[in-house]
Amino acid sequence: MSEILLEAMDVKKHFPVTKGLVLMKQVGAIKAVDGISFTINKGETFGLVGESGCGKTTTSRLILLLESITSGTIFFNGKDITQLSGTELKKYRGSVQAVFQDPYSSLSPRMRVGGIIAEPIVVNHALDKKAVKERVAELLELVGLRSDGAELYPHEFSGGQRQRIAVARALALNPSLIVLDEPVSALDVSIRAQVMNLLHDIQQKTGVTYLLIAHDLAVVKHMSNRIGVMYLGKLVEIAESEELYSNPLHPYTQALLSAALPSHPDDQREEIILPGEVPSPLNPPPGCRFHPRCFQYKPECAESEPPLIEIKSGHWVACHTT
Amino acid sequence: MTDETLLEVKDLKTYFFTRRGTVKAVDGVSFQLKKGETLGLVGESGCGKSVTCFSVIRLVDKPAGRTVGGQVIFNGEDLLTKSEKEIQQIRGKHISMILQDPMMSLNPLFTVGNQVAEPVKIHQKLDKRMVWEKVKEMLSLVNIPSPEVRMKEYPHQMSGGMRQRIVGAMALSCQPQLLIADEPTTALDVTIQAQFLRLLKDIQQQSNLSMIVVTHDFGIVARVCDRVAVMYAGKIVETAETRDLFNNPTHPYTIALMNSLPKMGAKVDRLYTIEGQPPELQNLPPGCNFAPRCPEAMEICRQEYPPQSMVTEEHYMNCWLAKGKE
Amino acid sequence: MMSERIDLRRITSVLRTVPIFPTVVLAIFLVCGVFGGFFVPHDPNDMELNNSLMPPFWEEGGSTSYLLGTDQLGRDMLSRVIGGAGISLQVGFVVVFISGTIGSIFALLSGYLGGWVDVIIMRMADTFLALPYMLIAIAMAAILGPSRNNIILILVIMGWAGYARVLRSEVLRIKEVNFIQLAIVAGCSNVRIMLRHIFPNIVNTLTIMATLQFGSVIIAESSLSFLGLGVPPPHPAWGSMLADGRNHMTNAWWMSVWPGVAILLVVLSCNLLGDWLRVRLDPKFRQL
Repeated sequence: MSEILLEAMDVKKHFPVTKGLVLMKQVGAIKAVDGISFTINKGETFGLVGESGCGKTTTSRLILLLESITSGTIFFNGKDITQLSGTELKKYRGSVQAVFQDPYSSLSPRMRVGGIIAEPIVVNHALDKKAVKERVAELLELVGLRSDGAELYPHEFSGGQRQRIAVARALALNPSLIVLDEPVSALDVSIRAQVMNLLHDIQQKTGVTYLLIAHDLAVVKHMSNRIGVMYLGKLVEIAESEELYSNPLHPYTQALLSAALPSHPDDQREEIILPGEVPSPLNPPPGCRFHPRCFQYKPECAESEPPLIEIKSGHWVACHTT
Repeated sequence: MTDETLLEVKDLKTYFFTRRGTVKAVDGVSFQLKKGETLGLVGESGCGKSVTCFSVIRLVDKPAGRTVGGQVIFNGEDLLTKSEKEIQQIRGKHISMILQDPMMSLNPLFTVGNQVAEPVKIHQKLDKRMVWEKVKEMLSLVNIPSPEVRMKEYPHQMSGGMRQRIVGAMALSCQPQLLIADEPTTALDVTIQAQFLRLLKDIQQQSNLSMIVVTHDFGIVARVCDRVAVMYAGKIVETAETRDLFNNPTHPYTIALMNSLPKMGAKVDRLYTIEGQPPELQNLPPGCNFAPRCPEAMEICRQEYPPQSMVTEEHYMNCWLAKGKE
Repeated sequence: MMSERIDLRRITSVLRTVPIFPTVVLAIFLVCGVFGGFFVPHDPNDMELNNSLMPPFWEEGGSTSYLLGTDQLGRDMLSRVIGGAGISLQVGFVVVFISGTIGSIFALLSGYLGGWVDVIIMRMADTFLALPYMLIAIAMAAILGPSRNNIILILVIMGWAGYARVLRSEVLRIKEVNFIQLAIVAGCSNVRIMLRHIFPNIVNTLTIMATLQFGSVIIAESSLSFLGLGVPPPHPAWGSMLADGRNHMTNAWWMSVWPGVAILLVVLSCNLLGDWLRVRLDPKFRQL
């Protein structure tokens, strides 16, 4: 039985919508994340997929404590991270790091690469000056770059190399969890494979846990052990990746997978084209969020929200019709 | 060149003259496009696929960029020899283009209806009422519900998928013969992408439209393209019918690229990678551009650029390996 | 190392594109301001009543020992213009430096911390920007007495708010960029982020603003001196020289023209240099 590293329980994040310049009365809320629960096990890669507005990026920001939670709790190694402050907060930050999508804006343009990678260490007073330098060199080599690169500025590196630097920085404090938010989608196709292999190797070596946010279904399947599918602020299905792709139970997951581009022109797939657009998170449909576009719609879907239930071992679905 | 050929590009060369040297963005590109056919131009960033398209419709960034050689024969006439005024008659009317980011392609200050009407007003002599009829017709064509209402809206009031369809409506409003789509779905969600590609295919069947689709995604090629040209560092390295390319890729770059993609099927631990990085286009090595990264590079590859060889009917590529087999 | 060599080459190529006219003009005035005392042909305060109201040397009645003529008290115009440079430039630099610093600090706090800190600072800035500086200047001069330091104080009070507003919007923009978010994730304190990450990225805008503001400060200082609220006589100040010349505009045009031309040249050069900087430092043009 794997150990649970992170547990989210009924997490909600609502962004208030206000009217008026001075009084700023709240007239509504964007329900970006509206009650999700999931666990991430130590050493695994948990993928979160979904389309624009589903709340996956907000979820990652909540875990990184870049946004404050509206309600619910997130436990990390048993501790409630939504209530942390001071040294406890610093400790948490040391255990959870991130790599973002855009390699060009992820590195401070006016700092040398060595300084960028060393910053988490320096800020946490973890090592003395000489040790910091050695650690930076070690990290650069770990990500496949030359250690004398520490003297250069980010703009002297290519996109793929910059992403490696971002990975090196994320590893500086030996975190337990790294949030990867679209780590390869801004990179060239041939470079993506390099970076994905790097992430895989590092996980093999260090046992670090990944939370992977991505929209490319092939990338998510390749990298993840378990996957959660989100739609309009809710988790609609969670399963191991093989199981999810071979046996998707939720209609949205089925539509998503059928819409994925084929690997071969002869790849015959039942094409499910969803009608309409994703509704606004200001005013999500009542009951099951997906029901207006669902091809398996039943009347009760508009009335009550389906709970996330474990249909088979390790396979959770939130749907009235399965 | 048969009656069926709409576009023939011969040995097209577009260079950018910069302080750091001459960037050979497009260096001798040739291909043909039949009526009703979809050609995919595949490659990574910097390979020249977008510049090729801009060269075809003469929108290369002056003064740094210039088409320095070759021919672009459209409906029997070389577009490169035409005057600016003549080309303006062709753009929007006979050849249209849609780009990657719909938000960049639309003017935030004008209504959507206004923007779709613009090409119609420029190229067609219709009275006011007929123009708006046309706009409504185009919006329905791209599956925009309630077009009379939506055409009064502004781009920011619409979702990404809808905006891209508006861009499509603009591009198709004058019934062009050729539509160039530069990464048309990269900015769209997965399910919206499927909608949009299906739409393009439907429209193409209705009107015998030819398309050039520029992409880095082999999935799009598999879904919508009849034929494919793989580009690397300014040159086409392999051309084939889509099925043929997927079944029998022969150029080492094509093979390496396809192998490095994660697939939805069998799970592998590590992906095949291509060593190194794409070359700097102002500092190209002699011989084959791919030689520095090619796992099968031979001595001659570093000295001379390989001529075109035929793999099978309609399947060509440039590689010394094939020459050896012949 | 490779990086240093690139920096040096870039710097020399940048220097080659610097606009000549404003740089030369400002350099000349700078030299006058700093070293003027050493090469003025006469003491700017030296009165020679016998030689009062002499025209510039190329006119009838002029003399080469008073190249640009003299004022109503027989003081050499050229020396006074050179001398006035010192005051104007001094005031200019000090005001720009202090108000720029204050403005930056407030912009960082306001933009980055947000919340009520932001509201308070911005309402303060709005208030200061709405004040009529002439009236305040007159009032302050009346209360505190005219002096160079008072001018500096007045102009700093008037000037910081402009920096604060503009730089705040820069801070707001930068705050959302990935590397700032990642700095937070790495555990950086607010102070570190503001100083180490945000400030270096607003320095460009700050520099451009300072260059353009410099000209405005010179004009403001001259206006105050013109009204008699600035540097008191006998220190030569361009503004008060303009005031002196007011009564002699018909018979001694050179008393007003030379200080006016000096002000014009300095301010024009500042604006040209500021424009060049704005293009030069625009990230779209810079290699990133």
